[in-house]
Amino acid sequence: MSASAEERNARTPWALTAPALMLFVGVLLIPLAMTVMLSFHDWGQYKGIEPVFILKNWHEIVTDPYYAEMFGRTFRIAILTTLLTAVLGAPEAYILNRMGGRWKSVFLLVILGPLLISVVARTLGWALLFGGNNGLVNKLLMSAGLIRAPIPFMFTETGMVIALAHVMMPFMVLSVWAALQRLDPQIENAAMSLGAGPVTIIRRIIMPQIMPGVLSGAIIVFSLSASAFATPAIIGGRRLKVAATLAYDEFLNTLDWPLGAAVATLLLAALVLIVVGSNALIERRYAEVFR
Amino acid sequence: MAYLELEGVAKQFGAQTVVDDFSLAVGKGEFISFLGPSGCGKTTTLQMIAGFLDPTRGAIRLEGKDLTAIHPAKRGLGIVFQSYALFPHMTAAENVAFGLEMRNVPRGERTERVRAALAMVGLAGYEERHPRRMSGGQQQRVALARALVIKPSVLLLDEPLSNLDAKLREEMQIELRQIQRTIGTTTVLVTHDQNEAMSLSDRIVVMSQGRIEQIGTPQETYEKPASAFVSQFLGKTNDFAATIDRTSAPARLIAGSWSAPAPAGRSGPVTISIRPERIDFGDAGLSAKIVTRIFQGNHWLFQCDSECGPATVIRQNDGRSQPVEGEAIHLTWRPEDMGVRGVA
Amino acid sequence: MSRNGPLALIFHTIFVIVMVAPILVVCLVAFTPEGFLSLPTNGFSLRWFRAIANYPEFVHAFWVSLGLGALSSFVALLFAVPAALAIARYRFRGRDALAALFLSPLMIPHVVLGIAFLRFFTSAGLGGSFAALIIAHVIIVFPFALRLTLAAATGMDLSVEMAAVSLGAGGWTLFRRVTLPLILPGVISGWALAFIQSFDDLTMTVFLAAPGTETLPVRMFLYIQDNIDPLVTSVSACVIAITMTALILLDRFYGLDRVLAGKGDTGR
Repeated sequence: MSASAEERNARTPWALTAPALMLFVGVLLIPLAMTVMLSFHDWGQYKGIEPVFILKNWHEIVTDPYYAEMFGRTFRIAILTTLLTAVLGAPEAYILNRMGGRWKSVFLLVILGPLLISVVARTLGWALLFGGNNGLVNKLLMSAGLIRAPIPFMFTETGMVIALAHVMMPFMVLSVWAALQRLDPQIENAAMSLGAGPVTIIRRIIMPQIMPGVLSGAIIVFSLSASAFATPAIIGGRRLKVAATLAYDEFLNTLDWPLGAAVATLLLAALVLIVVGSNALIERRYAEVFR
Repeated sequence: MAYLELEGVAKQFGAQTVVDDFSLAVGKGEFISFLGPSGCGKTTTLQMIAGFLDPTRGAIRLEGKDLTAIHPAKRGLGIVFQSYALFPHMTAAENVAFGLEMRNVPRGERTERVRAALAMVGLAGYEERHPRRMSGGQQQRVALARALVIKPSVLLLDEPLSNLDAKLREEMQIELRQIQRTIGTTTVLVTHDQNEAMSLSDRIVVMSQGRIEQIGTPQETYEKPASAFVSQFLGKTNDFAATIDRTSAPARLIAGSWSAPAPAGRSGPVTISIRPERIDFGDAGLSAKIVTRIFQGNHWLFQCDSECGPATVIRQNDGRSQPVEGEAIHLTWRPEDMGVRGVA
Repeated sequence: MSRNGPLALIFHTIFVIVMVAPILVVCLVAFTPEGFLSLPTNGFSLRWFRAIANYPEFVHAFWVSLGLGALSSFVALLFAVPAALAIARYRFRGRDALAALFLSPLMIPHVVLGIAFLRFFTSAGLGGSFAALIIAHVIIVFPFALRLTLAAATGMDLSVEMAAVSLGAGGWTLFRRVTLPLILPGVISGWALAFIQSFDDLTMTVFLAAPGTETLPVRMFLYIQDNIDPLVTSVSACVIAITMTALILLDRFYGLDRVLAGKGDTGR
């Protein structure tokens, strides 16, 4: 070995990452590029996929109101799910953080554990709870006198939002939890010693400081909800299509791959834009305070 | 009458007693330090005064009124936390203004008082800075301004200087003392640093394992430690076993071949403690041999092996020649420089 | 010592009940003695667990999932460990871009990945094959394998390696005798988390699986599409039990909070 220590140091990281890099270029970047290309190809019932460059699929997505409605539903569900997880998950994380040692870890496990349990199993649980018009949830709500007539949950956006919020909740709790861990443990005492009551402490001291955690949790929940497949497919059924379930249909039922690829490409582009954009906004907003 | 008064205060967490039988009367304008190693209960005591913890037993009174009945938010005490606990999402001025806002101080007066408080701690012009953009020393000053601006009846300082480097800590000690003397706020400081306690306080409360070991001025606690713990904790010291012989007349105190007229009171075996810098080399006295000799610039440090066990001696470097390692010498000291206490 | 008021505790109780309810109801229904979906009011029965054995598709799908998860997590680690060491140890140009690329499967919707892989593997003549599933799963579990290995490698004291080098160890010996043992807890946890991710994935796999290579989630999903009966709840209960076991092992080995903290950053 005649190479100097420095030359070796310059080569080693590339030698170590080369296999993974080749894997990612070969089996991730190329397939993604092929999908974008696919969205510009033509397709016909009998001729199949024709490798030509046309804007037919994109034109169809932009002009046909069916797609506007479908994407509208996708993002509406994602936004409502995000709001629901934020409104319920942030207070829960705060309560959890104030609990004593053993209870804290037990409930953290109970709330975060479902993250690793199959989405199909969790959604199946909601399907059982909703179960038609006399499902458990409706029976409970009616016997509690909260509602008079059963609410339809299955095959509705309401049901999809509730089940999705349940699936996504751990991400929000985790994100707010992380923000709470960065709080100075004496900060509430400091505010109290200056004369602040509990409501003021939460509103003026805690909320502003965990906001970055809520927002980054919201980005995670939003992007995962907008591209969710299992929950909308099981709760929404065949009628209420969202972007992911529509793409699935185009690929495996209609077999119009180019159109499905266009839907998927648009979903990916929209999500990347929203996620990158809001990350940048959050960083700019909080750069002064938290850097 | 005492301004702030603690009477038989105790705190238990489950079966564990963290503070026990803590009684103290603080005069108005006084600067008191709670000094002790970590876990001695000093912070717990401070938190009971602040109201973040309730005492298990005992009473805490401020100007004769029971403080424990008042919610921490209504006690009107100023607290500087070890971590400063500044509100990171607010500017320096907003941090300082928070307590005034809670007291519904009108905007105009608020701005004026915030400006004055920041100027007092030497931070004029830093109003719009966020804490994360400030140095540790500057954050410390904001915390102090925030605690003082509400004109607290008592200022509580929980290890306020422990996160600063040595040089800055010394500067802040001087500044803290000046500010406290100027505005005359009654102050309680919690610290584990005996130098900090001695240079800042009027009186020191030395604590160990939840109990008060000694209350006294810095000089008293240093020169006349009431217990072995206090003498060891407040700097280096020599503890020698000695006896007071009252059979001879006049009675004498004897430590090895050193002896002096016995003080009144005790008799039999006692422990005497002498600070290393108060021991001299003489022609007669405790016989000893120099084991190591270390030059430390303005002074010499000697480790000796004496009749009464190991001894540490510090001599000023005044240019005179000093004994060398291995030399046989005699240790001597003035009886008034020594503390005498019973054998524990 | 809890510092929560009664209102907060009521909120917390309802929250926890709602979080647990769907999982609990699946497990309860699985024990029904009836022939239809119902809570087991007339005693518990294992008939629907026994019924799984009579439905070979589920059993086969389970083995596919198990093999796929174990194998793809292992292969992912073969690529991820050297990459993690490079990223943790060296400051080189393109380091941040590489790290972002390796974590990107977290950000790309799985439905998009499914479509991309379907298109790619069909063109390559591997459509519906087990090999295609392995490669695709290596990509989606790679970020999890990388992240936990990276955490272990970053936390490792470099002077230990220098000491080994000064004693004459080098290259492969250094890695096998010093580096690997020290990062092993991170590597094993990375494998476990990667396994769970692979074992649970539906969205991407549903595009790639063909009859014969269907994984358990895919089989369950397709089954539910047709009808929901107690059989699928007993299968789900088994899946939940398996995940819980892995979860507890992971918690013992590595600390669940650390594992999940890694997972929570997906959107970054």
